[in-house]
Amino acid sequence: MKRVALTGNEAVSLAMKQINPDVVAAYPITPQTEIVQMFSQYVADGQVDTEFITVESEHSAMSASIGASASGARAMTATSANGLALMWEVMYIAASSRLPIIMPVVNRALSAPINIHCDHSDAMGARDSGWIQLFSENSQEAYDNVIQAIRIAESANVLLPVMVNLDGFIISHAVENIDVLDDEKVQDFIGSYTADYSLLDKDNPITFGPLALQDYYFEAKRQQVEAMKYAHKAIPEVAREYEKLTGRGYGYFTPYRMEDAEVVIIGLGSTMGTAQVAVDELRKEGNKVGLLKLRVFRPFPKEELARMLAGIPVVGVMDRADTFSGNGGPLFADLNTVLYGGEERPELYNFIYGLGGRDINVSNLMEIYRYLLNARDGQTLNRVNYFGVRE
Amino acid sequence: MAVEDYLRMEKLPHIWCPGCGHGIVMGAITRAIEKNGWDKNKVVVVSGIGCSSRAPGYMDFDTLHTLHGRAIPFAAGVKMANPELHVIVITGDGDGAAIGGNHLIHACRRNVGLNIVLLNNSIYGMTSGQYSPLTPEGALATTSPYGNIDPAFDLCNLAMGSGANFVARGTAYHIHKLIDYISQGFENPGFSFIEAISQCPTNFGRRNKQRTGLEMMKWQRDNSVDFKKAQTMSAEELKGKFITGIFCDREDKEYTEKYRQLVEQFQEGSN
Repeated sequence: MKRVALTGNEAVSLAMKQINPDVVAAYPITPQTEIVQMFSQYVADGQVDTEFITVESEHSAMSASIGASASGARAMTATSANGLALMWEVMYIAASSRLPIIMPVVNRALSAPINIHCDHSDAMGARDSGWIQLFSENSQEAYDNVIQAIRIAESANVLLPVMVNLDGFIISHAVENIDVLDDEKVQDFIGSYTADYSLLDKDNPITFGPLALQDYYFEAKRQQVEAMKYAHKAIPEVAREYEKLTGRGYGYFTPYRMEDAEVVIIGLGSTMGTAQVAVDELRKEGNKVGLLKLRVFRPFPKEELARMLAGIPVVGVMDRADTFSGNGGPLFADLNTVLYGGEERPELYNFIYGLGGRDINVSNLMEIYRYLLNARDGQTLNRVNYFGVRE
Repeated sequence: MAVEDYLRMEKLPHIWCPGCGHGIVMGAITRAIEKNGWDKNKVVVVSGIGCSSRAPGYMDFDTLHTLHGRAIPFAAGVKMANPELHVIVITGDGDGAAIGGNHLIHACRRNVGLNIVLLNNSIYGMTSGQYSPLTPEGALATTSPYGNIDPAFDLCNLAMGSGANFVARGTAYHIHKLIDYISQGFENPGFSFIEAISQCPTNFGRRNKQRTGLEMMKWQRDNSVDFKKAQTMSAEELKGKFITGIFCDREDKEYTEKYRQLVEQFQEGSN
């Protein structure tokens, strides 16, 4: 293990090098480009054994990854924003065909208007595609999540693709000191991969994705639900092993100063690091505030979240994307579903923030906490709030 | 011409790098529009994603900045809805030949009355220099650090073979010729395809022993061969050169016109 200064993109690219996948298919898009560009240098320099396929669009990048994975290869790609949107129809095929493809997504706003900066509308657009979705607060988590993703995806009975999210520019282009493993340690941890079914197994010919109409389609979908349940079990098991190796523990989420908290914020990604500072500041003033950083968005850890949030009077849900349902963001919707009918149900308030890279800083988060503290004390607060926007 | 008439002055200065050829080509397009005497309120400029696609942001016409590779279908929609409009697409080698390549050949095949200017700088410039389908073999790019082994398209041949009415290739260096090609292409009622060789010193030149925009423009001057002259040269003499000029200027019937006639025919028939 050594400590090095890397950007999020460099950290992910290094993790990919250490994983040494059989196939990487890639197309450039800001702010992801660097990941596969740096990886292509590893390929050119013979530092990995990967077949690197440059394609003419993201649709083909995902298609090539599916072809490779169905042939028994460890396949990876990476993208952002509209690149992910262009992959949409193929992503469903990856999940339904039970192919453990790993894809870092450097989160960026979807067009229009054209915008290259961070929000989570890209990942949230794919939330129902059947992929496991992990979110990262910083470069270290992005690196660790990519390595763990291999094991999660390839776990027995899971065999689902994993998307590792990291915030565009905020994580992808900012340099941080992180701990990285030695190459052999990564190889030992991920082990070798032998697919149960492979297109290249000529003695046992198989078909992926054949026509299944009223007769069998539904069963295939139902099995994906079961696979997600196994993913829910596999994620903490992989995390425990990873902790033995690195000392860094991961769960479905990370609580911060939650012990006696009466007002809690929950959210995803880099903003949760900023929110920690806000919690510390407010705690100094004697406010009972806490933070819950969610790492696993799909499968949604419903029971664990319900237990963790039960009895807390007020919870602010931070969404860096909107559903345009008129009823708030995607995380807000999921949490409402999970907590509905539960005992000691918290009051939930939604804050949609940071769309298109609109900055959010410590004082902004302190302001949000103060709204929530006032709500705890009986002041009226809208259920869904758009924070930091001109209106 | 007063630049103010054709550009959104409040959007300038532009974001293109020093030495980039895209501003020159954008200037050539506006000059061609002026030369053709078009009413600027009848001009729509459509683009996709990439350095070239930034141009409509600066051009004071009705403009539409769309998705990567998809400018041509958006533009075809505009033209089908209102065939009176002059519809211009500004695209690049990544946008137009890779992710959008399929749209290009089908618009050529149908001979939709669009005016395409494809700025070929041989590289994905905006994402910092990955090789594109127009990167020459052997060239260095961030994704081909030891040389590109993919052969490049000849897009003019592709457009001609796919059925475009008007096909030409010019360069940012031969600016007056380029304006003429664009102007003539824009006057052809069918599908017009003009490939404008542009220079990207930042992400192509610096990796390929052409450090400045000036050196790259000298390369354009020294390595381009006029279409007519090329007819008299052997394959050996043409090695490493590229051909410029108007390759075809056909008068096949334009698509929206054919569509209008079909509608008229059946509307008359039903009366």
